Amino acid sequence: MTAVEAVRPTSAPATPPRFLKRPKATDGVVGWLTTIDHKKIGILYGVTSFIFFLVGGFEALLIRLQLAQPNGNILTAQVYNQVFTMHGTTMVFLVIMPMSAAFFNYLIPLQIGAGDVAFPRLNAFSYWLYLLGGAFLYSSFLLGGAPNGGWFGYAPNTSITYSPGHNIDFWIFGLLILGIGSTASAANLIVTIINMRAPGMRLLRMPIFTWMALVANFLLLFAMPVITVALFLIMFDRQWGTHFFDPLAGGDPVLWQQLFWLFGHPEVYILVLPAMGIVSEVIPVFSRKPLFGYPVMVFSGVAIGFMGWGVWVHHMFAVGLGPVATSAFSVSTMLIAVPTGVKIFNWLGTMWGGSIRFKTSMHFAMGFVVMFTIGGLSGVTHALVPADRQQTDSYYVVAHFHYVLFGGSILGIFSGIYYWYPKVFGKMLDEKLGKWHFWVTLIGFNVAFGPMHILGLQGMPRRIYTYSASMGWNFWNFVSTIGAFTIAAGTLIFIYNVRKTDRHGAPAPDDPWDARTIEWITPNPTPEYNFIETPQISHQDEFWHLKYAEDDDGRLVKIGESPDFIQRRARPDEHIHMPSPSYWPLVAAFGLPVIGYGQVYRLWGISIVGLIILLSGIYAWGLEPSTEPPDPEYPEEAGGDHAQHELAEPETQLELTPAAETTDG
Amino acid sequence: MAELTAHGAHPPSAAHATATGISNAKMGMWAFLGSECLLFGALISTYILYRHKAVSGPTPHQLYDIPFTSVSSFVLLMSSLTMVLAVSAIQRGDERRLRVWLATTALLGSVFIAGQIYEFTSFIRRGMTIKTNVTSGAFYVMTGFHGVHVTIGIVMLLSLVNLSVRGKLPQSKAEVVEIAGLYWHFVDIVWIIIFTVVYLIH
Amino acid sequence: MSTPVETEAELEVDEALETRQHHPSDLQYIGIAAVLAVLTATEVGVYYLKANHATIVVLLILMVLKFTMVVAFFMHLRFDSPILRRLFVTGLVLAVVIYSSLLFILGIYHV
Repeated sequence: MTAVEAVRPTSAPATPPRFLKRPKATDGVVGWLTTIDHKKIGILYGVTSFIFFLVGGFEALLIRLQLAQPNGNILTAQVYNQVFTMHGTTMVFLVIMPMSAAFFNYLIPLQIGAGDVAFPRLNAFSYWLYLLGGAFLYSSFLLGGAPNGGWFGYAPNTSITYSPGHNIDFWIFGLLILGIGSTASAANLIVTIINMRAPGMRLLRMPIFTWMALVANFLLLFAMPVITVALFLIMFDRQWGTHFFDPLAGGDPVLWQQLFWLFGHPEVYILVLPAMGIVSEVIPVFSRKPLFGYPVMVFSGVAIGFMGWGVWVHHMFAVGLGPVATSAFSVSTMLIAVPTGVKIFNWLGTMWGGSIRFKTSMHFAMGFVVMFTIGGLSGVTHALVPADRQQTDSYYVVAHFHYVLFGGSILGIFSGIYYWYPKVFGKMLDEKLGKWHFWVTLIGFNVAFGPMHILGLQGMPRRIYTYSASMGWNFWNFVSTIGAFTIAAGTLIFIYNVRKTDRHGAPAPDDPWDARTIEWITPNPTPEYNFIETPQISHQDEFWHLKYAEDDDGRLVKIGESPDFIQRRARPDEHIHMPSPSYWPLVAAFGLPVIGYGQVYRLWGISIVGLIILLSGIYAWGLEPSTEPPDPEYPEEAGGDHAQHELAEPETQLELTPAAETTDG
Repeated sequence: MAELTAHGAHPPSAAHATATGISNAKMGMWAFLGSECLLFGALISTYILYRHKAVSGPTPHQLYDIPFTSVSSFVLLMSSLTMVLAVSAIQRGDERRLRVWLATTALLGSVFIAGQIYEFTSFIRRGMTIKTNVTSGAFYVMTGFHGVHVTIGIVMLLSLVNLSVRGKLPQSKAEVVEIAGLYWHFVDIVWIIIFTVVYLIH
Repeated sequence: MSTPVETEAELEVDEALETRQHHPSDLQYIGIAAVLAVLTATEVGVYYLKANHATIVVLLILMVLKFTMVVAFFMHLRFDSPILRRLFVTGLVLAVVIYSSLLFILGIYHV
């Protein structure tokens, strides 16, 4: 019987006004606006970042149209600067980071056997800051012009002298807003991973994706403050008359570069580690083999996290810092190729001797391995300072980072989307369309960015809005543009796949991929409460070990059927007490862009209004309990989180029981 | 079959078992403070970098009143003492002493801030503003960030006093005060660094 | 039904719970504050001596002592779980290393 719980004395007013009542909806517009459920928040991040992917892709197509031919006149130089800046800023801050956040948010609690993240309302707050920060950045297009100083904002170009409009101010405050969300999210996920693991899940039993997420979030936690300071310094230079980057007054523009790249280099590992984690999950499943060298994969990820702090000056080899700094960082940059290379070999080692199933997800994962290797190799050539003197600021660098960020992160992300789609949405994306998506994208990608290596070595600089016909760059630029449009075609195929699946897709079976990790123990799509019974962990790849053992010859022997382990409720209509949704994260988040607008236009009144909204939101958030008491309408909820809910009987056991009874007699 | 203990989605809090035995909130605060080391490190480094780069004066070193700043540094240091006494009080269940010590901490913090404001206005009157030179700029931005952090801390402390007055901060919630204390002490140790590196070393 | 295996974190929990019994008393806190006051007074005293490399080193040592005492005792890190110490120290050490490198690279390696 349900336990009687002592009613907590509330000091809230007896009947709070309607608009202050805690929201209860979990669906509809209000449900999504007030959600604190990590799964919904993950979906919000995923959908929003995909839309920004299309926007950033559109910007890329504009760039490629402009550069397809010499003396292009599709975009003026001024507009071109905005487009390429926003393309980079969008792809880094509004696509890859939030798409990784989508995976972190949805998967981490499920992979460690938890019910949610450590701070669910803070989680929602981070998402709203992302959406509102992105909207704030893009509003600049309508308010006098978008940021135009490159995604890296070098001083003194971004000073008020050389960038007199508000473009850069939007960039500064937009990134500050986004940065708060990222830092909060990082702390949230770190605490979740360290503190909310299921019993038996030692750190070295965690799924590899969760490990890479842990490293990436540590990098985020420690790197974001550095760019925060840099952004404040340029803001003070622009708006308060300081001279941090003004050489005439004793300032140093190189300080901007130092602070930016101190952030910027860990940032690129933030961008790629999650995709590496995804690929490290996918390849073992579709090779039916454990990840080769799991501990080494963990340690190389951690090593990349640490070493990533020691290479930032390689973005500044041509600045004139002197031979000591330059050669030291050349060596450290070569060294960081080691843990990265180790991972490549371990992925290959996983596939070697495996029984490979060539599903779309696996195609993308294999594509990641090859494309990222190419990008890594061009990266190693950058480590050689004399070579880099030629390559830096040329299209060779553009080729390098697109190979690692598109060929790496984006392909890895698509691998994850195809793999976890059934878990999130309860349907399987179409495999045939998926393979078309993959091949069109892969070919388009290589056609777009392969030639850029050549263009770079032929001397084509970065960030130019056009070039003259006599430079000898015409042919490969044209080819590259064709490649870009091919990528677009591939993306359209993906969108069509999603739409088709949404309308006509059959429900996904349980454990459709015969997977290894415990997020697959929940039904598809994942129910609101995640696990009915907290899983007890005794192995890495726990789910796999529930299903398979090895015989004396090392061959796999099936010891359990997936449906036995999928956790379903005995009484599906039963209400399970959930943490309560809340308005306040959204309200508080709303205050920040208001402050931002106030600061861009130096209207202190507006900033103060924004501050009041922020503080009221936080205050109300602090005062409300993290979860309301159980709903008296549903007696089965009584006992709150410790209410007893029965698991459905596993299907196969029902067949065994009668036989056992008769033998006992 | 045995009834299995079920967990609905589990709102994590100090009351619930965590894998390490440390509450989420406390761990979260330490993670945040680790991040703040990077923030203040950048600000202090900028100051150190620009310390001797001023092209025109006056520079902070020409204007420092070390006895005055020593006193306000001492005040902030003592506020850390009153803070731990507040935590100690609520851990014993002494809600009255909690409020006394919290209010004292907030008061000492406010005295520090008043000292900062006095110091800055005197610098400004003597011709050193944020834009006078790179050294002054770095000085004001660094100490300004610190001052904002202290002010936020004072607001937090007063909110806790308010909560306690309304009976919402009993002994069972001592950890909330402890976590606020961690933030407060951090703000103090940043100043320990700033006082030495910025004011005393030249 | 597999029995839950104790995570090494759980073993650390027991260790943490043991050490957590060590709360400095109010009197000890006041004692620590007195030491901090003396260290501060010493710092100010050293400031008034003729500045040279030695005085700078002394000032930095005094600063580190004060910092460590506040973190270890007032912030209770000495008595808390090692996990919290690692979290904070990682950020601290990272900050010290990268910013020292930054200052070195930009040519400031003696104040």
